[in-house]
Amino acid sequence: MEIKILGAGCAKCKTLEKLANTVVKETGVNASVTSVEDIVEIMSYNVMMTPALVIDDKVVFKGRLPTKDEITNLITK
Amino acid sequence: MKNNKKIKLITSILFVLPALILLYYYLKPLVDYVTYTFLSLSEESHIGASVNFFIYDTIKILILLFLISSLMGLVNAYFPIDRLRVYLTTKKMYGLQYFFASFFGAITPFCSCSSIPLFIGLVKGGIPLGVTFAFLITSPLVNEVAIAMFLGLFGIKATLIYAISGVLVGTIGGFVLGKLKLDRYLTDWVKEIQADSEQETEQWEKDNTPFIDRLPTIINEGWSIVRKVLLYVIIGISIGAAMHGYVPEDFFTEYLSADKWYAIPLAVLLAVPMYANAAGIVPVIQVFVAKGVPLGTAIAFMMSVVGLSLPEATLLKKVMKWKLIGVFFGTITIFIIFLGYLFNLIL
Repeated sequence: MEIKILGAGCAKCKTLEKLANTVVKETGVNASVTSVEDIVEIMSYNVMMTPALVIDDKVVFKGRLPTKDEITNLITK
Repeated sequence: MKNNKKIKLITSILFVLPALILLYYYLKPLVDYVTYTFLSLSEESHIGASVNFFIYDTIKILILLFLISSLMGLVNAYFPIDRLRVYLTTKKMYGLQYFFASFFGAITPFCSCSSIPLFIGLVKGGIPLGVTFAFLITSPLVNEVAIAMFLGLFGIKATLIYAISGVLVGTIGGFVLGKLKLDRYLTDWVKEIQADSEQETEQWEKDNTPFIDRLPTIINEGWSIVRKVLLYVIIGISIGAAMHGYVPEDFFTEYLSADKWYAIPLAVLLAVPMYANAAGIVPVIQVFVAKGVPLGTAIAFMMSVVGLSLPEATLLKKVMKWKLIGVFFGTITIFIIFLGYLFNLIL
């Protein structure tokens, strides 16, 4: 599974990245977490509000910080 | 979310919300009691008055800030930006679209690091540059922190004046910038996006997490805004409290009073390089006003601090050529100065 965090270095984006990493570790799901800071690439996902969470090239959250439970649900599905 | 968790959440909201409102209404006698009776500071003494002012203002502003940020979070949850984009491109507005874009810029909170994706997103959706500018101008100008600080320190009338004039600056500024045909001064990759723009018809209700499940996040975010600005509020109010006592009356009025024609441009010019956030700057402005600086000048100063900043300009560099940034900032500056004069005349 490929998890991407979209966001050009704002505070919430960093929190989301940490959160995603924690969830991946705790659930033991085989997934890579990368953070995308390039604005051109961010825009290719048609996201207007950062941070956004992308799982396997699909935007699942944008413009807000999801809770840990929400992320866990999404990646263990 | 589990049912018992839901019940817990609802009961805590039912308790905390009235408690906060009660605290807000009875704050003055409470703080008086703490400072004059509990800490046994004299009511006449300088230190007593300063401590009282400091505690009262800090708590009042933090309550307001928390309530307003949570409220804005709610609005934001139900007014996703994608919906605005579809709305602005599909409806015929007869010029009102500038007003709507500006108004929505005021009520949607977003962090300044989102301004570039937002800008591109709007351009990509085929929204004219002027309308996008209207949104971009008002968004930082009228934000939850500024509103809470104004409400706490200046009262409701000044807050309304501030909010309405912020929306007006955005509306008129966007309209004027739209008429200037500035599209050629966008950076090249943005121009490409603009050329490929298409009217969005995509579904916007993708995020269908139920309201009750989103509530904790919204409240958390409201709380995190309070935590983030807490330090600035304290610093700002400390400076304000100190200035209240020690800066002589009429100190600022010598340079910034209404009858000096250069007062407003000077205030605005002083403000642009300052990137202090609203939380830190409003308590200081309140002292300016208490010491005789007219409200119009103060509002102009305040708007320039939050609406025009160098960090924002460097962010915008990714999407605009310097010339456009210059025109953008110049236009806003002129309108702010104009508004300042207007308020000093009519208030």
